[in-house]
Amino acid sequence: MALIFYGDADSTFLNVQESNFKRFVEVGRVVLLKSGPSAGNIAVITEIIDHNRAMIDGPTTNVPRQSYPFKHLTLTPIKLTKLPRAAGTGVVKKQFEKEGIVAKWTSSGWAQKRAAAEKRRSLNDFARFNVMLQKKQRTDVVRKAVAKAKKA
Amino acid sequence: MARSKELVPGVGRLSRSQVFAKRGLFKGQKKSTAPAAETPAEFVEKSIGGDKNGGKRLVPTAKAPRFYPAEDVRQPKKSRKSPKPPTLRSSITPGTVLILLAGRFRGKRVVFLKALASGLLLVTGPYKINGVPLRRVNQAYVIATSTKVDLGDLKIDEKFNDSYFAKPSSKTAASAEEFFEDGKPKPKQPFPESKAADQKQIDNALLASIKKTDNLSKYLKASWGLSKGQFPHELVF
Repeated sequence: MALIFYGDADSTFLNVQESNFKRFVEVGRVVLLKSGPSAGNIAVITEIIDHNRAMIDGPTTNVPRQSYPFKHLTLTPIKLTKLPRAAGTGVVKKQFEKEGIVAKWTSSGWAQKRAAAEKRRSLNDFARFNVMLQKKQRTDVVRKAVAKAKKA
Repeated sequence: MARSKELVPGVGRLSRSQVFAKRGLFKGQKKSTAPAAETPAEFVEKSIGGDKNGGKRLVPTAKAPRFYPAEDVRQPKKSRKSPKPPTLRSSITPGTVLILLAGRFRGKRVVFLKALASGLLLVTGPYKINGVPLRRVNQAYVIATSTKVDLGDLKIDEKFNDSYFAKPSSKTAASAEEFFEDGKPKPKQPFPESKAADQKQIDNALLASIKKTDNLSKYLKASWGLSKGQFPHELVF
């Protein structure tokens, strides 16, 4: 379960080492939506409403400003560094573009894996058959190379 | 009654005339009636020879039956329903690759040629590729894929109709003695040459266009099946 980060952790009060946990629910945290009409898109938390919901906005990723339950959000490691609390859509858009969040997300391994899975899912029967053939070819090449290496 | 909500059982909210107005059935009523077909004359006047026969006589056009059934026999009700022409799934067009789900060739991928009058689909393997001959299948037992084989200007002859595939009717049912004549079963009839030629003629045209796409021939040769974690309703075909 994600931790909600309200301010600087008062480490002296707790008298414990600061956690190396970095992915907090906080203003500026980029999130991936897991359900609803814009599922699969990313957005950013602009305000925390309570411990169940946050205000999110994704003007460049086709997500309208709305409140969203944390249950249906996944936190990503990406963060907008300079987003003020309760920023409007215009500000969010500017910051999103300035920090290149969409490019950061699409180049991440996570997003690429998701895209690959989505592409596989959309293949038709013939395309799936072709994938099978190509996989066979690859295994064949690998198998032969391994056999050769073993011999040597 | 649905329009007139019941206040208490048997008493509706609306009066009869209000319900009549709400239902609006009168809107569909026809104002003019079609002209009645001319009824043929009941009698024909015929001139009769002979002096004492009155010269003319009215003869009924329809002869009265000579016998009447002793008891009233109920006339069976005539059905006014007529079978609708079968509709083809929109995803099935000539050249579509289909996956057969039932029957002897289940799991095979075949090429759809045309729909027959009975609603069955005429398909072929082609025979040379996967051993499925020209054959009729029910579209309910078929998955249509989005893959198409270009039929080009292949014309499917009119002779490929439902009767082309009908079993030859044998006049007398083979009796047991005949079946085991001389103590062994009858030799199998060879496949009619004309049908083999038909198969070849259609397949040749198909094979030429199948060759143009890489792996398409392999694809048609391979059987289809589901593996672990695959659900047909989640797959794209």
